[in-house]
Amino acid sequence: MSGEKNRKKVPRDPSSRWPEILLSAPSLLWLSVFFVIPTIIVGMIAFKPPSIYGGIGEGWTLDTIRSLAQPSYPQIIWRTLWLSALTTVLSILLAVPVSYWLATIPPRRRNLMLLLVILPFWTNFLIRIFAWKTILHPEGWIKNGLMALGIVGKDVSLLYNEGAILLVLVYTYLPFAILPIYAAADKFDFNLMSAALDLGANKLRAFWSIFLPGIRVGLITAVLVVFIPALGSYAIPEIVGGPNSEMIGNRIAQRTFSDRNLPHASALAAILAAVVLTPVVVMQLRQIASSHRRPSA
Amino acid sequence: MGDFIELQNVSKRFDDLVAVNNVSLSLKQGEVFSLLGPSGCGKTTLLRILAGFQMPDSGSVLLNGQDITRLPANKRAVNTVFQNYALFPHMTVWENIAFGLRMSRKPSQEIRKEVGEMIELMELGDHAHKKPHMISGGQKQRVAIARALVNKPQLLLLDEPLAALDLKLRQRMLIELDSIHDEVGITFLYITHDQGEAMSLSDRIGVMNLGRIEQIGTPAEIYEAPQSSFVAAFIGDTNFLNGRVCETVSAEYCRIDVESIGRVIAWNDKNLKPGDSVNLSVRPEKFRLFRNRPPDSEHRNLVQAKVVDLIYMGSSTKYRLECGDYILIVEQQHGRYLLDEKPITWDETIWLGWHAEDGYMLQRYEEKDEALMALGEDMT
Repeated sequence: MSGEKNRKKVPRDPSSRWPEILLSAPSLLWLSVFFVIPTIIVGMIAFKPPSIYGGIGEGWTLDTIRSLAQPSYPQIIWRTLWLSALTTVLSILLAVPVSYWLATIPPRRRNLMLLLVILPFWTNFLIRIFAWKTILHPEGWIKNGLMALGIVGKDVSLLYNEGAILLVLVYTYLPFAILPIYAAADKFDFNLMSAALDLGANKLRAFWSIFLPGIRVGLITAVLVVFIPALGSYAIPEIVGGPNSEMIGNRIAQRTFSDRNLPHASALAAILAAVVLTPVVVMQLRQIASSHRRPSA
Repeated sequence: MGDFIELQNVSKRFDDLVAVNNVSLSLKQGEVFSLLGPSGCGKTTLLRILAGFQMPDSGSVLLNGQDITRLPANKRAVNTVFQNYALFPHMTVWENIAFGLRMSRKPSQEIRKEVGEMIELMELGDHAHKKPHMISGGQKQRVAIARALVNKPQLLLLDEPLAALDLKLRQRMLIELDSIHDEVGITFLYITHDQGEAMSLSDRIGVMNLGRIEQIGTPAEIYEAPQSSFVAAFIGDTNFLNGRVCETVSAEYCRIDVESIGRVIAWNDKNLKPGDSVNLSVRPEKFRLFRNRPPDSEHRNLVQAKVVDLIYMGSSTKYRLECGDYILIVEQQHGRYLLDEKPITWDETIWLGWHAEDGYMLQRYEEKDEALMALGEDMT
């Protein structure tokens, strides 16, 4: 058919790349100075010995890396991973129906509802976490209410455990999941849902095989903007978590501020950075590879 | 065949807007029926009621004698070709076409066979494994039709299927649709605002306005014998002469007093009485132009008019003529343009003739004048 002939890839004139490079130079510079170089420095400090005054000593050593094998670390890393993963899953499970609903209600009501989604940001993050501390307090109304209903006993604590961290993590990151998923749902053509119903799919099936693939980009964004910050959580486990529910962020802070052992903190931070960066880099590489493959297909 | 699909007194309102107002309609098996009307006339709502996306407030829908009014869309043997195709963007052409069969849980061997046949029928073989964004508008159109037809529906609904295509492609798809219909023999309900599409494709047309069906008939009936001023104005161009019946000449003819033009003779098939208000509709191609006054003949009207404007269109010329207080649109075919004597041109005063039978009398109803005014502005 017409148009197919023109679809061949035109080789780019190399001189036309200069404006592109110039345009991206500021952000490239910014990212290099404030992100790439610091990350490399953090990675390097992990191989330095600590000095007795809390600074960085001379020479190179693998002692810090070896000390990471101590039994408490795998547990903390594992807890950080599953709490973050579960936070991501729960946030998305809550965000998808909310976004679907937001995308289908009339625009005037929708704007009001979107305002409600971002309303929590008007209150300081720490204050909101402390508010949770009050809400979940042993003398708080939730505990009293649950006790009155006979759901929890007197000795059960709603605070200072993994459950409390998970709850506050989901509470904090839910808007970050809703916004990209809503943005994708807003662009979704709901005629496709009608088409699926017309072709014999029930509502659930249409939702699963048409709507979810249709908002795929929003889902991926939501995973990234929830999972990555959740991995680095520090304030939430610090305030509503207990001594047995540390996340890696708490341990990094402890090594930095209490133990004054910067190489140790750096090693932990480098591990966290690696956990975050590896999937992103792998995905980018795959995308580049597939975009190179496409024209010949 | 008897009535195959029946709508009985169907009404649907949205807040204070009556989208469909007490519509009754029946389709015969295997016919192509067009619902034609301006945007907002309720045709799309009617389609959505037939597809099962919307429930009527009252009335019922019968398919093959079975009441399907409350049956949800996914349980109906009715499929739709959507206005912008609504192809699933993350699926290939093949998967799009297979979707309906997969939903009905057919064995995969059967699905492969039937999808293959459909792809062959629609000549989509080279594109089966492409995603919708990689194919052209005409191909998308064919995928949308294939995706609906592969389910062997009893009724195929087409919602302005050609609106997104350019003119040349639209004409070709129109012929293709016609041959697809010949091939599959399924009842088509075709929704459009384009009278040309409706006229060329349909066995019958229902003209809709303001939530009601104004007239149902074959394309020729609708064009030649419109039952309302709205239909006359919406289907093709026409000129309306407003007047009042002043005398009946015989059983078949009467005279109408048209303000600023005078008395004209018209064919009185409506049995109108002196005093009745009428719109006399005369189509542009029914007039004849004369430079010199032709001899009088029985039942022919002759009036003088001045050429205000003319558009040469190749096969014909369109004139705008000033005649009394009216601006009349007249279209003249010319077979031998170069050989004819000097063509009639701008600013000439000429004679305009038409036969009593060329006009079509419509009783005037005041409520419809607004819709007519809006239509009149589009006519050039």
